[in-house]
Order: sequence, then structure tokens, then C-alpha cells
Amino acid sequence: MDKINGDYLFQILVALLAASAALILVITGYTLVSGSLPVLEQFGLRFFTGTSWNPVEGREVFGALPYLLGTLATSVIALLISVPLSIGIAIFLVEMAPRSVRVPVSYVIDLLAAVPSVIYGLWGLFVLRFWIVDYIETPLSVNLGWIPLFSGTPYGLDILTAGVLLAIMVIPTISSVSREVIQSVPNSIREAAYGIGATRWEVVSKWVLSYGRSGLFGAVVLGLGRAVGETMAVTMVIGNTVGPAAIPTSLFKASQTMSSLIANGFLESSPGSLELSAYIGVGLLLLILSLDINVIAEVMVSRILKVRGGAIG
Amino acid sequence: MYGKQSSGFSNSIIVAVVAVILIGGGIIGYRYLSTPSNQTPVTLTGSGATFPYPLLDTMIKEYQTQKPNVLINYQSIGSGGGIAALEGKTVDFAASDAPLGASDREKAPRTLHIPETIGAVTIAYNIPDIPTGLHLTGRVIADIFSGNVTNWNDSEISMLNPDVSLPDKEILVVHRSDGSGTTFIFTGYLSLVSDAWEKTIGQGKTVAWPIGIGSNGNTGVASVVQGTQYTIGYVELAYALQNDMTVASVQNPVGGWALPTLDTIKVAVQSAASRGLPTGSEDWSNVNLLNAPDQQAYPIVSFTYLLVYQELNVIPGMTHEKATELVQFLWWVVHDGQQYAPGLVYAQLPNNVVQLDEDSINSITFNGQHLQTS
Repeated sequence: MDKINGDYLFQILVALLAASAALILVITGYTLVSGSLPVLEQFGLRFFTGTSWNPVEGREVFGALPYLLGTLATSVIALLISVPLSIGIAIFLVEMAPRSVRVPVSYVIDLLAAVPSVIYGLWGLFVLRFWIVDYIETPLSVNLGWIPLFSGTPYGLDILTAGVLLAIMVIPTISSVSREVIQSVPNSIREAAYGIGATRWEVVSKWVLSYGRSGLFGAVVLGLGRAVGETMAVTMVIGNTVGPAAIPTSLFKASQTMSSLIANGFLESSPGSLELSAYIGVGLLLLILSLDINVIAEVMVSRILKVRGGAIG
Repeated sequence: MYGKQSSGFSNSIIVAVVAVILIGGGIIGYRYLSTPSNQTPVTLTGSGATFPYPLLDTMIKEYQTQKPNVLINYQSIGSGGGIAALEGKTVDFAASDAPLGASDREKAPRTLHIPETIGAVTIAYNIPDIPTGLHLTGRVIADIFSGNVTNWNDSEISMLNPDVSLPDKEILVVHRSDGSGTTFIFTGYLSLVSDAWEKTIGQGKTVAWPIGIGSNGNTGVASVVQGTQYTIGYVELAYALQNDMTVASVQNPVGGWALPTLDTIKVAVQSAASRGLPTGSEDWSNVNLLNAPDQQAYPIVSFTYLLVYQELNVIPGMTHEKATELVQFLWWVVHDGQQYAPGLVYAQLPNNVVQLDEDSINSITFNGQHLQTS
């Protein structure tokens, strides 16, 4: 009998494990498509462009547009707040902080990433929303209420609170990846910059960040991915409106994201109903959005790599 | 990793020792836990509504101290999930806040509805300095939740409350964001009392709310109402009483004003049941405990049901012994089990409903044979 080729077996085994990842994506996609067929057949494209959502038996109408907009609005707010903060944290920790500060602060930030999202949600509902109403929304509403962006009576359960909470949740992700990226910028770059008389600000802004920008972009996309898919915490503070009322027209308006809509309605929807199919359809839309974000990120990162050889991927 | 040759070897010894301890402990633990006596244990599984879960859980624990050989596993995954499990015949019983509709009755033919406790929906509000007992009629509640009445000092509200000075403040409506039996009962009531509501919004576990803020679960609604002034929302009775929420007194169809309490909802069920209920095997989808015509009755009341097949042999793996245990458990739930209800702020079933349940449970068969109920 031939001796069994261990390397060959190992290769097959590892290949199978790798294939399982692709298989899971295929199965997920198939399940979402087949599950959402009833609602797609009935409403067609109107499922993606419609704004009404009525699961009452006999009056069913499903349009997912408000929740797509709600997801985008909260994620954009989250990124606007968290990206400058996170990159600032990363620059401080790598370029300026002494070791005695860097190590504990990095550790605390990594720890923040491990806090379960439902904890953030509860804190958002019981603490953060009151801070936002009292110190941000009420002053804005009183003084700048005529701007459509700040219209409406603020109650703290709205797009702004959800965006701020999401920002807090994605800061650990973005800042720890950015830290790694900035850390891996070779010291020779810094030394060369200082050598020609650049200030610290110039070194960081013109050389370090620019050298690591594809990596930093990757960090932002990771954060965006978390913001788009986040469910429990958002559900607790976004106000969960349905139908046209959920279209995000003001920061102080209650809205709904795709994942919070699914989390809210999926459990109690009747088996085999059009409503259940609609939630699966929203899931499909969410998957498509997440895949798109990742594909766009890949493309942009590889473009940057081509333009500036040697950047960190 | 590659430093010491011996580390790999000692690691495998540690892994082996841990594995032996875990597996051995598991076997010993399993034997010890699963056979407290010589009888083979019978396992009954159920799933469904979250509303009756605290009560069912207590009942199951109490029942198991009396019958240690019966293991009952109830998972509160929501009424919809419970009905799906019943239709898939993966559980022995299900629990639902809403009766089966026509399509579900087709998928689970010959299902018995066994009311096991009563739910009520309270109208909770937060207006500074206005205590419990604000008077509201069903029509005004419908107008508030549909956005036709938007201010607390609207004449529709102040007319009903001449002695209360209502503030000139915008009303913030808070509703459930998750699909729930509580919403089903509440919107059913609004559909009954307001034609406009019936026409534009209707009844459902989730509906197309025209205004307001959605919050997750009774906890979510309660926290928003309690944490925000000038709000109004609806929460399950037990939740409102346990959290000392300020709740409205609602007018019943014979003109009486009733606060939601265990007594006023029991009166409502008694009154509604005396007008006749279907038998357990009939269609319950039109059963209505809402708006019971009694001076003392609170109007927003509903049953929550245990659902079980009348002929148990449709469930794979069902045996005569298991069927008997299931029937005896159901019998206990509607009799002795009811004593645990008031302590958990659930209403006890009135006698006329218990009698109806007795007939339903007596009609359960396995392979055509009736089963010993006690």
C-alpha cells in the first residue's frame, strides 16, 4: 500500500474549509432570493422604490426605500463623526504619545470594541439620548430650527442619536486599524521628511497619512460595514417609524434602518406571509448594499495601490 | 511555538486530561440529572408567545416539583414562531396571543384553542402633575394614535376631563416597533371603536403607524413614556402595574369608567364569556373580549391561548404516555396552575372559561382514545 501523502490530504482539507466560506455566501444569497421572490413578484421594482409599509392582512404594501435611506443617513453621520476622531486617536497614539500612555489607551480602545452592541443600545436609550436632547438638539432646534435639517421637535430618538451612537461604536474599529496602518509606515519615510525640514504636522499630514491612505480607507470601510449592519443598538434609539414617516428629512426625525426593521418585525410575522417575504427582501437589499460597499472599497484600494506603489494594503 | 520539543507532547496530555474530565463529567452529570427516579422521563416541548412566558415558566417549575419525571421545555420565540412550529409539528403545544386565522387553521387542522390567561392593554401617559385616571374614550384614543388629536388640551380630551388642567403641549405617541400581540389587541380595540381607524389602519401585530415613535418591547415603550414628558403609549397590564405607570381610565360601552386592574379585566372576561364562546375546536378568530358591556369592565382585554392538536397522533414521536402527560399538564395549567397568576400580575381565568377549557382538554385523543386528565 502506498504511503498516504499527508501534505496532499492537508491541502484538500484546507481547500474544503476555504470553499465553505464561499458556499455559505452562496447559500445565504440563494435563501434570501428565494425567500423574497413572493414580494418581488408582487411589487417588482416598486419594492425598492416604494415608501409605504403596511403588513396588515389584506392591505399589504411593502416599499423598502425609507429604510435604505435611513441606513445610509445614520451610517454617513456615524462616519462624519468617527473618522476624524479615530484617525486623530491613531495619530496621537503612534506619533506623539509616550509608551506609558500608548499601551493603556490602546488597550482601553480595543476593549470598547468588545462591548456587546445591546449594552451600547441600553446606554443610548437610558443615558445618551437625554444628553443629546438637552445639550445638542434643543439648542439647535431653538436657534436654527428654520433650517430643514434641524426641523421638528427633538425627542432624542432619531437619526442624530442613532448616528452618534453608531459613531461611538465604530471608533474602536476604525482607530485600531488606523493605528496599525500608521504604525506600519516605515520610519525611513518620517526620517526623510524630518530631514528636509518638515514640521511634525507636515510629516503626519503629507507623508504618513498619504503613505497609508489605502489602509486608512480600508479601516473606514470596516467601520462603515459595522455601521450599516448594526441592529440592536440602532433599534433602541432610532424611533422605529414606518412608511413615509421614516424617510430621513431632518436630523431630529425618527426613522428606521433596514436591520432594525428586520429585527422589529421578523419574529412575529406569520409563516408563509407576504410580510415575512418582505423582511427577507429587505435582508437581500442589505446584503447587496454590504457587498457593494466591499466591492467599491476593493476597487478604490487597488486603484490607490496602482497610483502609489508601495502603499499598505 | 517551535522552541521546545516537549511542549507539544505535554500540551496533548493536558488536552487529553481535560477531555476525559469533560466527557466523564458529562456522562455522570447526565445520568445523575436525567434519572432522579427509576421512571423514564417524558419531555414535552412548546414554543410561542412571549407575553405569557413569565407565568408559563413559573407554572412549569411548580409542575416539575410535583412531577419530576416530566420535563417541559417552553421557548418564548413569539406567537408567529410558535404557530410555525405547531404547523411544522416540531412542538407538542404552542402559545399564541392571537387566535389562528383562516390560513393557519388550514395548515394546522383540528387545533384546539385553550385560553390559559388574560392579557390587557393599558394606556400609559406622562404628563407632569397629572396622576393615574385621566379619562379617555376609545374614540379619543384612536384620534390620538392616528394623529387627529395632536395637543393635550384639545377639546376632545378636556371635555372628558373637566377637573383636570391639561397643558398646551404636543402629544408624542409611542407605539411598539416590534411585531407583538399587545399591538394586535390594541389595534383590534381601536378598529372596533373607530370606523376611521378600521378604514385607514386596521388591526395587526404591526401596523402602518401614521405618527409617533416606535420602541422595542413593553420595556422600550415604558422607558420612552416614563423618560419623556407629554407622551402617551400602550403597554401590557402586568408591565404597567409593576412599574407604577400612570394609566388612563377608559370608558366601556355601557358608560362606566374603568382603570385597568386584575379585577376589572376579570369582570370583562366573565361578562364576555357569558355571552358565549366557541368550543375549543371551533374558529376563534372572531372571539372578542373587547368592550364587554359591564359597568366595571375594562374594555381592552384579550385571551392568550395554548394551541394543541385535538388528535395527538399527528405529531411524530408522540406516544400514549407522552400524550397523557401533555393532557394532564394542560389540565393542571387551567386549574391548580391558575393560583400563580395573581402573584405575577396575570388575571385568573373565570369559572365559565375554566369549564370551557375542561371540555376542550377532555376532547383530546391519541389514536382515537381519550386520555386520563388527572
